[in-house]
Amino acid sequence: MARSGGSLRTYALSRLALALPMVLILLTMVFLLMRVAPGDPVQSAVGGRLPPDQIAEIRANAGIDDPLIVQYFTYLGDVATLNFGETITDNRPVSDVIIESGGATLTLTLAALLVAIGLGLPLGLLAGRYRDTATDGSLRIFGILTYAAPVFWVGLLAQLTFGSILGWLPTSGEADPVTFVDEVTHILLIDALIAGDLEAFWDAVRHLILPAVTLGLLVTGTFLRLTRVNVMQALQGDYIEAARARGIGERSVVVRHAFRNALVPVITVMGLQIALLLSGATLTELTFDWPGLGSELIAYLNERDYIAVQGIVTVFALVVVVVSITIDLVNALIDPRVRY
Amino acid sequence: MASRLARAVKPFRDAQGLSKWLLWLGIGGTLLVVLAAIFAPWIAPYDFNQVASSDGGRFPKQAPPSSEHWFGTSVRSEDVFSRVVFGARIAVEVVALAVAVSLLVGVPLGLISGYVGGWLDRVLVLIADALFAFPYLILAIVIAFLLADAIGGGVVTAALAITVVYVPQYFRVVRNNTLSAREATYVEAAKGLGARPRTVIGRYIFGNVIQSVPVIGTLNAADAMLTLAGLGFLGYGIQPTEGAEWGYDLYRAIVDVQAEIWWTSVFPGLAIVFFVVALTLVGEGLNDTLNPTLRKRRIEPVHIPPRDQRDKEAAAR
Repeated sequence: MARSGGSLRTYALSRLALALPMVLILLTMVFLLMRVAPGDPVQSAVGGRLPPDQIAEIRANAGIDDPLIVQYFTYLGDVATLNFGETITDNRPVSDVIIESGGATLTLTLAALLVAIGLGLPLGLLAGRYRDTATDGSLRIFGILTYAAPVFWVGLLAQLTFGSILGWLPTSGEADPVTFVDEVTHILLIDALIAGDLEAFWDAVRHLILPAVTLGLLVTGTFLRLTRVNVMQALQGDYIEAARARGIGERSVVVRHAFRNALVPVITVMGLQIALLLSGATLTELTFDWPGLGSELIAYLNERDYIAVQGIVTVFALVVVVVSITIDLVNALIDPRVRY
Repeated sequence: MASRLARAVKPFRDAQGLSKWLLWLGIGGTLLVVLAAIFAPWIAPYDFNQVASSDGGRFPKQAPPSSEHWFGTSVRSEDVFSRVVFGARIAVEVVALAVAVSLLVGVPLGLISGYVGGWLDRVLVLIADALFAFPYLILAIVIAFLLADAIGGGVVTAALAITVVYVPQYFRVVRNNTLSAREATYVEAAKGLGARPRTVIGRYIFGNVIQSVPVIGTLNAADAMLTLAGLGFLGYGIQPTEGAEWGYDLYRAIVDVQAEIWWTSVFPGLAIVFFVVALTLVGEGLNDTLNPTLRKRRIEPVHIPPRDQRDKEAAAR
């Protein structure tokens, strides 16, 4: 432990170095996937709708006529400079699509993560503390059900109950069509606050509730399960016995000693859930007509716009890598054992 | 042969208490879905895409559940109950095929990678990690989309798209187990006796690294069901003409929900939850019984009688 290599900076640098091959492989995968697609991407996207000379121009711009290896390095270079090309079907820079729709996806996933943390951690603590009791049993069933229920089905049921039958909450979109604020950050909640429009802010919050809870429930089960197991393990630690022997109250033993130590592995897995969360977000977005990246991806896929799809999928891949690095660094920060 | 069978069913006999009940509950539920899949034409009153009765009368549109149509009818006048039953067919076919292919690809790759080691191992691990980190549904969508263009959308396309998601998991587990089994004394002994790599892998390592695969297999089957439903919901699953698929039916039900029509969404969704829960229970039950670290040992309480009583007993003897 006293080794000089244990500094946070060394760890961070080596972690970043390890991430590079991962990024490279992900990018190569995305690139190859998009090239094995049968048929001509431009032809299948806009074929028959444009005269041949315009199609040739799009082809030249998209670099589709270049040899594969040239395309590959162009792609890598473009990604390195965060240039994702221009969509074939509606001539928008892909980075614009990502910035404009990314805000909605970010809002949704962060809100869902908050729901999952707010529900999963306390419930997991409860289940772990009262292991093998009725509380534990029913919480485990709850965990299995949140996993087994497809996120879009939960979304439909939520729409049915709280939207159609009870009429409490809106069920589609990010805001009412009449709500309009200047887009600065492309995150509606923040833009509404910047504009000082509290009505718009409230409208956005109301629209966010059902999708966020739906997506949040998807990961709640995982958090619950994980917290439960780790709390159970932590409660068996010698330091717990030591704390009890010192006469520290049971509540404090469980919350301050056991729960805290149980959190470290939970945070690691939270990072791994980002992939699940992004997959779930795509389904949730479609269910609630949420104008995010997942909706855009499906829309462009349906239009067979390969450039747009490649750009969006690349962004998903980069997000996963960045999140996993961040989580590792956070872990190293709070738990010195990680930076061996 | 008999002993092999006895060994195969041992976990089922050894399971005890709650995990035994959950295991059997899961097996029962899974069997029910498989039976529904096999006997769908006999169980379902109508065909999955039938919109009119045999005498030509068209079914009502979006009719609530009745004695005629137990689960009501959809916006296209299909009988929801029949579609739910036929949906089991597609679900079982795709899930079984996906798990089988993932096993056939993932297990040998893991064995070879773990046994051979070196740069091959390093490259394969990197690729598997990258695939594993990727949002699984996005990957499955893109693959399903590409395959649909190449070989048409169907059971095989959906299953292969799902396969790509799960191969890395088998690969990782088998590879890690192989890595530790490779160093074991019995492998060294086999090598010392001049066994060829083929024999070592096939006879000595395979049986020892395969143990955790049934658990992952069933849990992945549950996950595969959800992925299939997700693909169907997004329109990249089974062609509507080919069969009934629960996820696709839920996609069609989005508009019904706005009109307070609940039967088109509730029943297919319940079918998915039922199948996934059943498979999960089998997986967790197997895990509880196969994994020795989770098995709860029943420790007999030691009772030591007071000293004077012991002395008395000793004296009596």
